[in-house]
Amino acid sequence: MKDYDVAIIGGGLLGSAFAWGLADRGLRSVVFDEGDNAIRTARGNFGLVWVQGKGLGMPEYARWTLESSRQWVGFAERLRRETGVDTQYHRDGGFVICLDDDDFDSNVGLLEQLRREAGDGGYEFEIVEHVELRRRIPIVGDVPGATYCPHDGHCNPLRLLRALHTGYLNRGGEYRPWTRIGGLQARADGGFVVSAVDGKVVAAAAKLIVAAGHGSRELGSQVGLQVPIFPEQGQVVVTEKAAPVLNYPTNYVRQTDAGNFLLGPSSKNAGFDTSTEPATLRDITANCVRAFPLLDDFRVQRVWAALRVMTPDGFPVYQQSDSHPGAFSFACHSGVTLAANHALEVTEWVVRGDIPERYRPFHPRRFDVQANPASR
Amino acid sequence: MFKRIQPVDKPVHLVFEEQPITACEGDSVAAALLAAGVTAFRQVARGDALRGPYCMIGNCYECRVEIDGKPNLQACQQRVRDGIQVRLQRGLRKPGERDEP
Repeated sequence: MKDYDVAIIGGGLLGSAFAWGLADRGLRSVVFDEGDNAIRTARGNFGLVWVQGKGLGMPEYARWTLESSRQWVGFAERLRRETGVDTQYHRDGGFVICLDDDDFDSNVGLLEQLRREAGDGGYEFEIVEHVELRRRIPIVGDVPGATYCPHDGHCNPLRLLRALHTGYLNRGGEYRPWTRIGGLQARADGGFVVSAVDGKVVAAAAKLIVAAGHGSRELGSQVGLQVPIFPEQGQVVVTEKAAPVLNYPTNYVRQTDAGNFLLGPSSKNAGFDTSTEPATLRDITANCVRAFPLLDDFRVQRVWAALRVMTPDGFPVYQQSDSHPGAFSFACHSGVTLAANHALEVTEWVVRGDIPERYRPFHPRRFDVQANPASR
Repeated sequence: MFKRIQPVDKPVHLVFEEQPITACEGDSVAAALLAAGVTAFRQVARGDALRGPYCMIGNCYECRVEIDGKPNLQACQQRVRDGIQVRLQRGLRKPGERDEP
């Protein structure tokens, strides 16, 4: 059994970003991943690197998201240079298309509230009425308008995952798939022992990162980490390929570099069920065709459902264990958007052994019914 | 490359890029083209490389052709019909701009 600086449980977008960042800092780490029978949230993403509309009621999260989108530029370039994998990241800004006036009003209201909450930090967005919208996106349908945020973008999330893995392995990182972890135990000397579900000890490490998606809840509880997450199902529709006509990602549709249109979004509570069903797919395609009528005669190539890692308020849950210092857990539904921050910044917290004060709001104690500003 | 194992008893006539092809009723377009010696079904999106069927069961999307002006059809998922005009799928389809709804 080898001794590592850090053992990472989970090889999805979070675990892989941490692995990449720790290897970049010269730490010896190991990533334990399940096989393709796992839930594989990281394989079902839509691929937005998105800022617009996020963080209402938690300006720290709005800022965190914006910061990651800024980091993404250099991050994508580094990944490409160092691994040869182009994540196909584009940052031309993104549009939230509003299908009717009420939708338009409430979306603008949301962004104005975010701007108020951001205070001096500012919150950049633009209201784009129909005529101007048609000028920027000629294929848009008869909708009242949209909002635009210059920091939004999109990428190919599968390539992102691959780039992270490749970069990690290139630096000598160890990736162990088909190793479902069942036990996390503290060692007398302060480190941790990691065992597989069959009880076999697979690693010892000074520190631990639990980034196991929906598996984090159970694993985290073994080392004093409460991870209040639940699955939220989203379905995605992919059409046949076409020549590029949509130069911006939107809330409903984005066109990939390969030419396919990805259609979304949807959200429902279906437990761990990953089957698609006609009612949801019909809603998705109906909305997307309203936004972009030319999609009407496009054939659907594939559909799938994936399970977001959702927290009660939708914001990330980041923490270090009080009872087991050195054990961290990170969970959020924005593994793509936050990848740059996870790789570049969060790894520094793990190395230093401390989550900075300004990220305290991401601690799950905010869900404690006893918590209030006065008692913090 | 491919040889039919049974004679064509119920002929169906189609055209692939000006070339008349006799298929057998019940053939998929992909099978009919392959039996006639056609292996290049489409041209890739970037560059001019050619592609042909790989899986023949609707998964790989390599066999896409244009049939009677409709782009991006999987030849392995279409049955032959008399008189259809089949063409190479040349690169990406061009989505038509719509008029104001």
